[in-house]
Amino acid sequence: MFEKLSTLALQEYWWFIISLLGGLFLFLTFVQGGQSKIWSLRSEEQKDLLVNAIGRKWELTFTTLVLFGGALFAAFALFYAVSFGGAYALWMAILFSFIIQAVAYEYRKKPGNFLGQKTYEAFLLINGTVGIFLLGVAISTFFTGAAFKLDDMKHLTWLGSARGLEALADPFSILFGVMLIFLARTLADLYFIFIIEDKEIVEKMRKALRVDFGLFLVLFLIVATMLLTKDGVGYDAKGFYIEHYKYLHNFLAMPAVLVAFLAGVVLLVTGVAISFAKVCRRCFWLAAVGVVLVGLSLLLVAGYDHTAYYPSTVDLASSLTIENSSGSRNTLVTMSYVSLMVPFVVAYIAYVWRLMDRKPLDGDEVEHDVMSY
Amino acid sequence: MNIDMSLVDWSRAQFALTAIYHFLFVPLTLGLSFIVAIMETIYVATGDDKWKEVTLFWMKLFGINFAIGLATGIIMEFEFGTNWANYSWFVGDIFGAPLAIEGIMAFFLESTFFAVMFFGWKRVSKKFHLLSTWLVAIGSNLSALWILVANGWMQHPVGMEFNPKTARSEMINFWDVIFNPNAVNKFLHTISAGYITSAIFVVAISSYFLLKSDKLRDFAKRSILVAASFGLITSGYNILTGDSSAYTIVHNQPVKLAAMEGLYKGKQGAEIVAFGILNPEKEVGDINEDFLVALSIPKALSILGYHKLDAYIPGLDDLVFGNEKYGIESAASKIEKGKKAVAALRAFKEAKKANDMPKAKAALEEFRKYEKYMGYGYLNDPKEIVPNVPITFYSFHLMVGLGIWFFVLMMVMLYKAMTGTLARSKTWLKLAFYSLPLGFLANEFGWIVAEVGRQPWAVQDLLPVKIATTHISTTSVMITFFMFAFIFTLLLIAEVRIMATQIKLKAQGGHNV
Repeated sequence: MFEKLSTLALQEYWWFIISLLGGLFLFLTFVQGGQSKIWSLRSEEQKDLLVNAIGRKWELTFTTLVLFGGALFAAFALFYAVSFGGAYALWMAILFSFIIQAVAYEYRKKPGNFLGQKTYEAFLLINGTVGIFLLGVAISTFFTGAAFKLDDMKHLTWLGSARGLEALADPFSILFGVMLIFLARTLADLYFIFIIEDKEIVEKMRKALRVDFGLFLVLFLIVATMLLTKDGVGYDAKGFYIEHYKYLHNFLAMPAVLVAFLAGVVLLVTGVAISFAKVCRRCFWLAAVGVVLVGLSLLLVAGYDHTAYYPSTVDLASSLTIENSSGSRNTLVTMSYVSLMVPFVVAYIAYVWRLMDRKPLDGDEVEHDVMSY
Repeated sequence: MNIDMSLVDWSRAQFALTAIYHFLFVPLTLGLSFIVAIMETIYVATGDDKWKEVTLFWMKLFGINFAIGLATGIIMEFEFGTNWANYSWFVGDIFGAPLAIEGIMAFFLESTFFAVMFFGWKRVSKKFHLLSTWLVAIGSNLSALWILVANGWMQHPVGMEFNPKTARSEMINFWDVIFNPNAVNKFLHTISAGYITSAIFVVAISSYFLLKSDKLRDFAKRSILVAASFGLITSGYNILTGDSSAYTIVHNQPVKLAAMEGLYKGKQGAEIVAFGILNPEKEVGDINEDFLVALSIPKALSILGYHKLDAYIPGLDDLVFGNEKYGIESAASKIEKGKKAVAALRAFKEAKKANDMPKAKAALEEFRKYEKYMGYGYLNDPKEIVPNVPITFYSFHLMVGLGIWFFVLMMVMLYKAMTGTLARSKTWLKLAFYSLPLGFLANEFGWIVAEVGRQPWAVQDLLPVKIATTHISTTSVMITFFMFAFIFTLLLIAEVRIMATQIKLKAQGGHNV
């Protein structure tokens, strides 16, 4: 089946899968958004309720991030080598924030936990704010590029001054990172309204939603404007070139992607708007689908339509595209067969999620469950 | 190519640090997940709430360990890119398929059903909960399968060809990669080692309960019955897979085998050293004795390697300096050919850039002639092919010795549990308790044999470690090395303290906390 596809079609197929994973990850950052809110609650019981609500999902976010990295390694190994090897300090800072997250839920309240509850809560806060901000900065480099060169043997020379942290000097990257923090917090507000049976918390989250979403919206509009007016790197048979308004052109050249992007924005705004008016549990899902669509379309715009998804700012010829950085045809075909399992995986995740979340979580359950965090 | 050896060493140290920490937690996850699943199965089958209490306690310890395993695991995956960029490009096309399968099949299975296993006791039916526990166990073990396929390929690269145009290895046969004998044996040997470690963990802590309190006699006996049965079966199996692993090493990594056995001069009817102290003065090519003291099993190595009494097993001297009689090529000759391959590859690239097709064709033909020696082209001294012999030798022998002890321990503990004499056997209970760290140590020794023994190669014969690194400043790697050393140590202390507290509370109260 996949053998009949052209190599470019296979590369596009795998970029689509990676973009979808990126979109799913964006949605799942409601876990990080929730972590950034723990400190806003005074009562210990409410704090426990919040931690347990997101604590039942954190692994899914973690796994999606791991798979996002794994899929890049699998399908676009050159990007994996260049970005992770080059932006060493940036990625190490991101990973560090995920190391401390991984133990924080389990160890936070356990007797004899050595570092104390507050330390583990600080770990969750760091991951939920600094971690997600830096991840946003890293993702933004799909549009801003980085200073690197590749030789004939694909050996990397990184010319960035601070091993990836130099992206922090780029206003677009900073705004992108801050925007993700408020997107995560918005999603967390909606998730807590969806899952928690506690009137006080739900009202608190509805109030917080106004601030979080308001800030997100302002940042989103600025970032979207910057992106649509931004230069990008295109390529053809003759080589690479700078193209003004590249991402706007890409949206216009791919109407389906533009529709997905706009539909995503509408769904997110609708979900939030209804939640302003009343307690709406299912609005979380409206917003979730919206965020997945926006994330998916942004990454598609970064990689499709003859665009360098990781431009080199010092040597255009070294820029990475889905064509020059992918695995071999044989590997792409093999992996594509493996990807046929994805619908099955999505189905069982959805089934289990529904099964586990059909009843809201309350303080009583958290208090009496011996496995609670 | 300028190579900064201090960068290589620090990159190596950082990866070793991460792997050593990660490999403290993974074996327990692999085995304890199955032990808990077996315990829960008995609970569901019998409806006996005491089995539920047993299940919940060990599940709680599983959760504590699982979290830190994830924390160290995420770093391992990304360190391939951050610290080994050249390696990532070189092997990315081969690792792609196994990694995609691992991500899609194993990771989501594990993380989705983990939530049900821990928080679903009152939210799903008993049977669905049990299914979830089994799926977590299967998911965890599948994760190990695919990463060990990748590691097995590094030790014995098959199903690939080097593409000079892209300067990387490309997969030509997926099934050869998956069913690589080195990978299959490595997987079976590693997971069975994890099962034994977990069995010892449960038996040791249960022995502690029996030594401390009579109240937990029933709880401990049930735990030991499951864990010792599981441990006995898997330790027997581990010995068999160890034999198969050694067989593949004889044929694919003769230098590693010679280092594992401290064998400098090859011989027919080679023996296995059961116990030995290496001569610290011994160097490759000198006339010093190999050992100060050695107790050997005659002919055993030849039988193990070739199933023949008098088969010739090459020693390090043969592999470094060559041995015409047995058709063993010297490392110097391989290095010379490797340098020709590297030069031809460079000429090919330059000719392509200059659009000089006849020259490119000639360079490519020259490259293909010496291709299989390409990795040697980056070495300078024939002795570079020899890994650290003392570390490899002692790690191997300690691992084997401990493996035999575990088999005996499991047999005795199971017998005593079945005959009801366990609580009276204070000596055996103490021996079992003090064996607790030995399972973890044996795993680490095994990993050291596998990884130190394959030096200087990242990919056997094709890619030396020293050219696989990312070109970054040594200081950057030193900073992250100490950062990880600090945080992993801190988290390890936290994990051990939390577990110890849970165990003590259980011993005092007799209920899950």
